[in-house]
Amino acid sequence: METLVMGAVAYDAKVVTIWDGFKQWFAANGLAFDYVLYSNYERQVEALLAGHVQVAWNSPLAWARAHRMAKARGLDVVPVAMRDTDCDLTSVVVVNASSGIEDVAGLAGRRVAVGAVDSPQATLIPLSYLRSEGLEAGRDFDVSHHQVGVGKHGDHIGGERDAARALVAGTVDAACMIDGNHLLFSAEGTLPPGSTRIIGQTPTYDHCNFTAAATAPAALVEQFRSLLLGMSYDDPEVRPLLDLEGLKAWRVGRVTGYAQLEAAVDESGFYDQEGHVAAVDYRP
Amino acid sequence: MSPPSITDLDDLGLDQGGHLLLHRAVSRAAPGQVVEVRGRAPQLRVHLAAWCRSEGHDVEMAEGPGPVAGWIRPGRATGARWHGAERSGPELAERAPTRWGLAARGATVEAGGVEFPFPLNDRAVVWTDAAPAIYRQAAAAQWDPATAVDWSAPVELDDDVEAAVIQVMTYLVENENAALAVPARFLGRIHPHFREVVAVLAVQVADEARHVEVFTRRAELRGRPLGLSTVGGQASLLTLLEEPDFAVAHFLLSVLGEGTFLHLLSFLERHAPDPVTARVCHLALADEARHVAFGMAHLAAVLEADAGLRPRLAAAIHERHDALAQTAGLNREVFDALVVLAAGSWAPAALAEGFRRVQELSAEMDEGRRRRLVKLGYHPEEAAALSSLHTRNFM
Repeated sequence: METLVMGAVAYDAKVVTIWDGFKQWFAANGLAFDYVLYSNYERQVEALLAGHVQVAWNSPLAWARAHRMAKARGLDVVPVAMRDTDCDLTSVVVVNASSGIEDVAGLAGRRVAVGAVDSPQATLIPLSYLRSEGLEAGRDFDVSHHQVGVGKHGDHIGGERDAARALVAGTVDAACMIDGNHLLFSAEGTLPPGSTRIIGQTPTYDHCNFTAAATAPAALVEQFRSLLLGMSYDDPEVRPLLDLEGLKAWRVGRVTGYAQLEAAVDESGFYDQEGHVAAVDYRP
Repeated sequence: MSPPSITDLDDLGLDQGGHLLLHRAVSRAAPGQVVEVRGRAPQLRVHLAAWCRSEGHDVEMAEGPGPVAGWIRPGRATGARWHGAERSGPELAERAPTRWGLAARGATVEAGGVEFPFPLNDRAVVWTDAAPAIYRQAAAAQWDPATAVDWSAPVELDDDVEAAVIQVMTYLVENENAALAVPARFLGRIHPHFREVVAVLAVQVADEARHVEVFTRRAELRGRPLGLSTVGGQASLLTLLEEPDFAVAHFLLSVLGEGTFLHLLSFLERHAPDPVTARVCHLALADEARHVAFGMAHLAAVLEADAGLRPRLAAAIHERHDALAQTAGLNREVFDALVVLAAGSWAPAALAEGFRRVQELSAEMDEGRRRRLVKLGYHPEEAAALSSLHTRNFM
């Protein structure tokens, strides 16, 4: 029986629990499935294009690189599926409520905390958003990176949390994070409730997807997608896996939510058009 | 289609507990019904979108200023966690599923949980209706070793008599260690659904720990070293610890062993040469009487459900006797110490009286065992035969 091999990035120890669980569930449902763990998304994308794995559980930035690399080689990659929680996210720019900064224009000459250099949600997209508002990082304001889990494309929440802590500590004037993490950090007390104000919000964008190489066996990929879409939160066997992976339902993959990140990658020169890593001082 | 239900958060933010109101509104919405969310918290709209995403709900955000933040269309996963959930009581289950795990009896248990290693999960194997009352008595009868005994009471004995007391205390500690270990071994294997049984055994373990403490403290009261521990005595106790079957182990320990100990402790209290020895034996006796009562109630219930157990219990007595046939049984040092303790001195006449009293004790123990065996449904002749096979080590 042919086996579908998927790559995933080990951003946390629970990744083993998650994919071991999925492997067993897929096997019980007739799909021979295995997974390979990578320490960073760059290695995973290269492995996908080299055919070492047929599907990759990709961050949005890894998707951006995969399709650039594929295109440069005359190949194609497709988004197979994504979580309901990967759709229509926004990032927010947050200041201390008492700071007197009323809007993003007020960040001129200030210091803005972001996540790791490769975080789409806490660095690349928010900085692109500020650029669209007329503020260029390094020129109009200083950037304070919080380099946790570099190479893991911001999957590790630590960078965003450190940015939030820097805001509370007063070492920065603003911090960037996903909308949901602003809610989380406020609820958990990292940001004292009511102590911060949102002065900017990006348009909606999408997050992770399962990226399949065009060379992947189509029938297996289709079976994989079909099984994912059939997973129901009602099913007590499946529910713990969905809880661990942070979703209620899988959705068909789409490419419509990545334009902001593509623009951010181009503007910042993170990757070139062929998918080479061009970012300076990025050491995954 | 129902009109939207309206939830007004006022100025409560979702980062300040407002999610509770949303959860309640969504869980109460009729199928297909939309929840309109109103509120004035400054970050409500940003948080509402994020919250709905994480909860699997669709949301349409309101545009422009105004009290309405958006409309939630509850997702399919709403309430799905409790599909297939089971209520684990409040009445007792005939067999408590291991998937109920540690849940409180009567709790609603989510489906899909892990299986817990509670092999003793049959009501017929573990339960007795007497358990709740015995637990209440046990909880009410707890005593503090520091204050329940007057450790400063005068203990002025001849050295030889003191040595006899120390030897008996040493022997008691050894036996109480066994009486602690046996229920402890089963405690973690009994399904918590039968919580009163678990509770009785837990208190029993704690009782034995206290007995070990007070007997040790009495032995050390005058600064002398503890007495002797023999191979034969320990071999007898090992057979108790190694018994894998709950009913058989409970029978051998509580009905026969602790049952026999009731007479021993009563004897020691009666003939104790000093008030501290009398008191610690008195306190232990009250606890042991409860342990025996629980053992009898449990065995009676188990035998009622499974009459085939009666010959198995009898066979266990035979097996234990055979296993111990090559050992010395009660060590001579303990037997002699009991005589001296009951005599109170080494005068020949006193020793004769002490010896007679120990012989009487032995007969009382046999009588007590036979009575309990008959109560559990054994024919008097069989009970007499079985009693005679009981370990010479008493426990």
